[in-house]
Amino acid sequence: MLEVKNLHARIGDKEILKGIDLVMKPGETHAVMGPNGSGKSTLSAVLVGNPLYEVTEGEAQFNGKNLLEMTPDARANEGIFLSFQYPVEIPGVSMTNFLKTAINEKRKYQGLPELKAADFMKLMNEKRQIVELDSKFTRRSVNEGFSGGEKKRNEIFQMAMLEPKLAILDETDSGLDVDAMRIVAEGVNKLRTADNCRIVITHYDRLLEMIRPDVVHILYNGKIVKTGGMELAQEIQKRGYDWIKGEAE
Amino acid sequence: MNSEAQYIDLFQQCRTMICDNSAEVMNAVREAAFEDFQRLGLPTKKVERYRYTDIPKIFAPDYGLNLKRLRIPVNPYDAFRCDVPNLSTNLYFVVNDMFYDEEKPKGHLPEGVVVDSLRKFSDEHPEIVSKYYGKIAKTNADSVTALNTMLAQDGLVVYVPKGVKVEKTVQVINILSLPLTPSKKRGNSPEGDSLMLNRRVLVIVENEAQIRLLFCDHAADDRDFLTTQVVEAFVGEESQLELYCLEETHYKNLRVSNVYIEQQKNSTVKHNVITLHNGTTRNQTDVSLLGEGASCGLYGCVIADKQQHVDNNTLIVHHVAQCQSNELYKYVLDDQSVGAFAGRVLVKHGAQKTESQMRNQNLCATREARMFTQPMLEIYADDVKCAHGSTVGQLNDAAVFYMQQRGISLEQARLLLQVAFINEVIDQIELVPLRDRLHYLVEKRFRGELSKCEGCKLCR
Repeated sequence: MLEVKNLHARIGDKEILKGIDLVMKPGETHAVMGPNGSGKSTLSAVLVGNPLYEVTEGEAQFNGKNLLEMTPDARANEGIFLSFQYPVEIPGVSMTNFLKTAINEKRKYQGLPELKAADFMKLMNEKRQIVELDSKFTRRSVNEGFSGGEKKRNEIFQMAMLEPKLAILDETDSGLDVDAMRIVAEGVNKLRTADNCRIVITHYDRLLEMIRPDVVHILYNGKIVKTGGMELAQEIQKRGYDWIKGEAE
Repeated sequence: MNSEAQYIDLFQQCRTMICDNSAEVMNAVREAAFEDFQRLGLPTKKVERYRYTDIPKIFAPDYGLNLKRLRIPVNPYDAFRCDVPNLSTNLYFVVNDMFYDEEKPKGHLPEGVVVDSLRKFSDEHPEIVSKYYGKIAKTNADSVTALNTMLAQDGLVVYVPKGVKVEKTVQVINILSLPLTPSKKRGNSPEGDSLMLNRRVLVIVENEAQIRLLFCDHAADDRDFLTTQVVEAFVGEESQLELYCLEETHYKNLRVSNVYIEQQKNSTVKHNVITLHNGTTRNQTDVSLLGEGASCGLYGCVIADKQQHVDNNTLIVHHVAQCQSNELYKYVLDDQSVGAFAGRVLVKHGAQKTESQMRNQNLCATREARMFTQPMLEIYADDVKCAHGSTVGQLNDAAVFYMQQRGISLEQARLLLQVAFINEVIDQIELVPLRDRLHYLVEKRFRGELSKCEGCKLCR
């Protein structure tokens, strides 16, 4: 599904990714861990086409298509979704209007007719229950005045609406209390199918205990330095990153 | 350039014709206005309040006038039909500067309320009109007002007597029309490709009265129009006036409008100026808060592209204590369009407990679009709460990217953000069906579907 080879990227003059290799198959969940500044968020930003980052070398294929040549919206419509670490507030644009536009843009991309208003409302009511969001919130502006927890739940709600093939969760657990984290994790698990896959970027094993990744990667200094299973995440939790840094250097 | 000369000549040659085709009350102040105009000349950019719009250039061509008051052969009730859903209004038309009275409006106004030709009402009730006409639109202080006063022959009057509340919105559609007519002598008849008109509006809302007005300006014909407009609105004690002005004309349309509002004790005014489509527009709004407890809200939004030019200039004077003013103007400028906003709030000595807010926010979509903004606050009292500020910027890149990540194209993302930006002004409109309709029109405008005036999009 996703095939990343020797990916290098930089922001300004600073090289951040220094050769990433990653292969994901349908149904898989990969966790990416690593110390601050190791390039985790950069990896997600590059995959979704954030214009602030420049790819200098390497390639990324998604279902056989060259991802790096596509605009951010085309990547999204191909089925890549990013749950933002810091969701953006958009005053004046209601959640309903925002999602209706997003869904219909995707349908247009797929050659489908626009969703009828009633069908859309039904879909939205159904999906928001996955993350236990109040019906009032659909009339509010996108993320405006949302609490930290609401913002993250809103990301998962949007993921439920858009049904991506590859979801990248960038520190979706940061700033969440125990209950909110459970809601988010359960939401992610409910959306899991044999055809879609996930990249979970996190610092902690708590979310991973709930999501149970198939593979855990440790990113350090722009490279994946270690790959293992859930036990690797547990080891990091116990021992920190110093031993990894030592091994890598 | 000496653009004023032709107007001085015109007045000297045609003053009898002008007066014969107007009302006594209007003629009474004409000579004084003429003297003021001769003395002041047209305002150059050196005149502070006119520094952002080249008035002499606008007034330089000979547009031709309709001093003989020839009727334009158009029946607006046939041509325009309001289909704003759920918006039922008392609908009137002003064709150029002439109140259309050949057909009676269907709506019924409460007893005593007048919506009519200013000239006709001045003849019938000179005692009322003379009390107000030309009283706040001072010809010695503004030469465009002087020019309008010297040439205006007719227009609109709205009169709401004491204690009367008009429930149904009064909608006035100003149609600029100049169909092809056989060639006549230039200077006193409508012909050719251009027309200058001088529209005068008098709004009198007596004590404890209430009315909501919607003025829509449209151009029915693809000609060069130059409009001067002077609106005087008197709002009595405990009264309410909502005045919504929508301009949806075309690139050839030039408009210079001066609105004067005077408010008494505990009165409320909401004035919303929406420029959806135009050529060159200058809107000046002066509000005098004369009685304690008065409050006014001035709102405006501008969507401009190509070579369009929109200049809003406001002055709010807090003469007495305990008044409130609130101002919000927003512009979205594309291509090489130019926007200007200059707002001044003056809190006079002794106007304690004044509350005033002014905000002007602007988006420039291209590097060529230009915005001039000048928020001004002058306070001579020491116990007030006032704020003013302005911003000029671009769309939030982070928001654009966030939307793109959800599959929304760059174009669509920009559209959503621009519409949201303007909607903050539209949302100030109390009348829900009108607000909904304007949301729709704003979106169409950004999509480029209102590329030229095809008549009244609001009403047709």
